[in-house]
Amino acid sequence: MSQKLLLSANEAIARAAWRAGCSVAAAYPGTPSTEIMENIGKYKGEINCEWSVNEKVAMEVVIGASLAGVRALTAMKHVGLNVAMDPLMTFTNIGAIGGLVIVTADDPSMHSSQNEQDNRALAKFARCLLLEPSDSQEAYDMTLAAFELSEKYQVPAILRITTRTAHTSTLVDPGEGTRTVPPAIPYVKNPARNIPIPAFARGMRYKVEERTKALRALSEESPFNRAEPGTGDLGIVASGVAYQYVREVFPEVPVFKVGLSYPPPLDAIRAFAAPLKRLVVVEECDPVLADQIRAAGIPVLETATELHMMELNPTRLAALRAELLGTPAPAAAEPEAGIPPRPPVLCAGCSHRGPFYVLGKLKATVTGDIGCYTLGLSPPLSAMDTTVCMGAAIGNAIGMKKANLPNPRLAAVMGDSTFFHSGMTGLLDAVYNKTPITLLVLDNRITAMTGHQPNPGSGRTILGIDSPAVRIADIAKAFGVPRIHEVDPYDLATLENTLKECLESGETSLVVVRGPCVLNEKIGGQRISVVDAEKCRACGACFRLGCPAIVRGETAPDGKRTKSAIDPQACIGCTLCNQVCPFGAITTKNLR
Amino acid sequence: MTTTPPSPCSITLVGVGGQGTILTSDLLALAAMHAGFDVKKSEIHGMSQRGGSVVSQVRYGERVRSPIIPEGATDVLVAFERNEALRFAHLLKPGGLLLVNDTERIPVTVSSGAQPPAERLSERLAAYPGLHLVPADRIAAEVGNVRTANVVLVGALSKLLDAIPDDAWQSALRQRVPAKFLDVNLSAFSAGRAAL
Ligand SMILES: Cc1ncc(C[n+]2csc(CCOP(=O)(O)OP(=O)(O)O)c2C)c(N)n1
Ligand code: SF4
Ligand code: SF4
Repeated sequence: MSQKLLLSANEAIARAAWRAGCSVAAAYPGTPSTEIMENIGKYKGEINCEWSVNEKVAMEVVIGASLAGVRALTAMKHVGLNVAMDPLMTFTNIGAIGGLVIVTADDPSMHSSQNEQDNRALAKFARCLLLEPSDSQEAYDMTLAAFELSEKYQVPAILRITTRTAHTSTLVDPGEGTRTVPPAIPYVKNPARNIPIPAFARGMRYKVEERTKALRALSEESPFNRAEPGTGDLGIVASGVAYQYVREVFPEVPVFKVGLSYPPPLDAIRAFAAPLKRLVVVEECDPVLADQIRAAGIPVLETATELHMMELNPTRLAALRAELLGTPAPAAAEPEAGIPPRPPVLCAGCSHRGPFYVLGKLKATVTGDIGCYTLGLSPPLSAMDTTVCMGAAIGNAIGMKKANLPNPRLAAVMGDSTFFHSGMTGLLDAVYNKTPITLLVLDNRITAMTGHQPNPGSGRTILGIDSPAVRIADIAKAFGVPRIHEVDPYDLATLENTLKECLESGETSLVVVRGPCVLNEKIGGQRISVVDAEKCRACGACFRLGCPAIVRGETAPDGKRTKSAIDPQACIGCTLCNQVCPFGAITTKNLR
Repeated sequence: MTTTPPSPCSITLVGVGGQGTILTSDLLALAAMHAGFDVKKSEIHGMSQRGGSVVSQVRYGERVRSPIIPEGATDVLVAFERNEALRFAHLLKPGGLLLVNDTERIPVTVSSGAQPPAERLSERLAAYPGLHLVPADRIAAEVGNVRTANVVLVGALSKLLDAIPDDAWQSALRQRVPAKFLDVNLSAFSAGRAAL
């Protein structure tokens, strides 16, 4: 008997990849997908894995491995698949050789994302096989099946998980046996198969149609698609974790569970729907299945209960039940009023704080980007104007410059991982077209936001080997950036002078702000700053840094304002507050 | 086939990034597993490391379907500090229990003066009939490691969940806590259990 394990879907996928004999894995971090590669990293002796610089490269790496005849897996957050769509849209026509599994981790309700998008639509668009697990056991079983089916039908297989499945641990029976690596399919040079010049690409296009037809037949027979009997004239088609909510809230209702969801098992659903009066589809987020079922001529009810945006949950399904079956939804209690919010903030001593403080002081217009440093948008720093997607800060700044934005002080800001991901091309564009923008790269040499994964600036890889720590200033030099500076994030005066100079230079300029991620490097316990309450005049200047270690202290003599104090547990002695205090009330002392 | 299974026991754990809520929910889920239950543990940790509120949900029983606890169906709310306890108290079912670490972590919005603090926090909490306050920070310090406050809470929680036997908790601790911290964590667990 194999022993049951408590695993998140992310852990289950990593384990299944190992079990299925996956040989190559490549990914770029992104919540909620990150732990898949972190767990695959534990098998680094057996799975040759890498943190790629972005999702497009990761996709191309696993495509190469598949073409070389071995099993390969890539994992990314939903928006990562946008970046990787170009290689996928052509490779789907070329077709997999070694089993290729692509995990897309969607984020309904945007728990940690900039948009909500349903990548099942992309799986359909790319005519890939699509599987939707509803718990970790299914994530495990479907990953195993995905490798097999990908190889058998020469189709890239997409596993669509969501934040809820990715980060929910459920019991998994990993089954008997151990890792078995199928022999690599011998590599054969075959341009007619592998090079989509138009003459060959047309043939591929026809083959994909045949493949999709075969997959349709497979879907009708798949054990992942099944009807569960029940009573009454209402039936529900459900996929992904939504299936679990349906089972909880509608225990007596007949349910058709869709696990292999592209191509959908339309005949089986038609047969399921035949004796029923009403059919409802419950899926997260877009009506991807519902639209295909309707297009097949099977009527699907439009519900008044909103189901197609934001994460579903049993409370929302209870409202659906009330609509469909008249069962009154339980009354919800009101939250207690007046509890102060607790938003995320840049850590005490974070090296991103200084640059935003200065940009705010210079009243710069700041095109921003995505990372911990996006928190520079929050008050009191309030020093970010825009954010679109990773790497966009530079292109957006170029566009604003070309549009003659009235504010001449225009800066683009991004982190090091973001720069490597998709900032480099933007910077080259600015140099080439001589656009006078200033780029700040906040270089903490780690991908902090997603939990501190190494990147090309870190000097090490997921395999634990040393690699050259790429210096961003060197890249810029090779690009021919006319003005390049490296500055210390804790030296506000130099930061301000350098930025002013760059912003007013009329040239493309780069300021690399090099400082540690204090959380990652566990900096603290060596120095702290203290406020001399005698000297503090309660002017509030230090509060404008937004450091969580600076707190309200004793009441000032005017009885209204409060002096500042510093929480010694939180402060790391970065000295920024010393520098902004106009009265010299803050000093730093060594602890050891 | 269509009979409703008994609803699972549902526990919501709330705290502040860095307080060790994840270890607590792991221990609870593992103990439930060792006790022979089906179990689901759900954690959304977007930017929690940066000091935001953290919520995890654990459900166990004969069969667990939804990993999300319906609003108003939480049997026990475990809170690592008072503001979070009150922020999520409405998730409790009528008659539900509240296990609260008797301490306060002032949100940055308050310490920076941007927001007023919650008024009459302790008094409003005391209005919940199912309230159990545990001085977990103090007990952890007495046990010899302030960072075991989360395991003190696990010990107290174990007193409220009699369907999970003691050996299941012990197995969970042994499985999840690094060997060199096991002893102090076992003491923290016992001290937490004794505190209720
Ligand atoms: C295309 C895409 N991939 C991944 C992510 C997830 N993600 C958000 S920020 C970030 C990296 C941030 O690292 P860095 O730029 O070094 O900034 P830091 O967090 O270290 O400040 C990642 C991977 C995303 N939002 N979009
Ligand atoms: S984790 Fe690192 S980069 Fe992110 S806010 Fe904290 S110190 Fe800054
Ligand atoms: S020195 Fe000042 S700004 Fe820096 S961490 Fe301490 S309190 Fe915050």
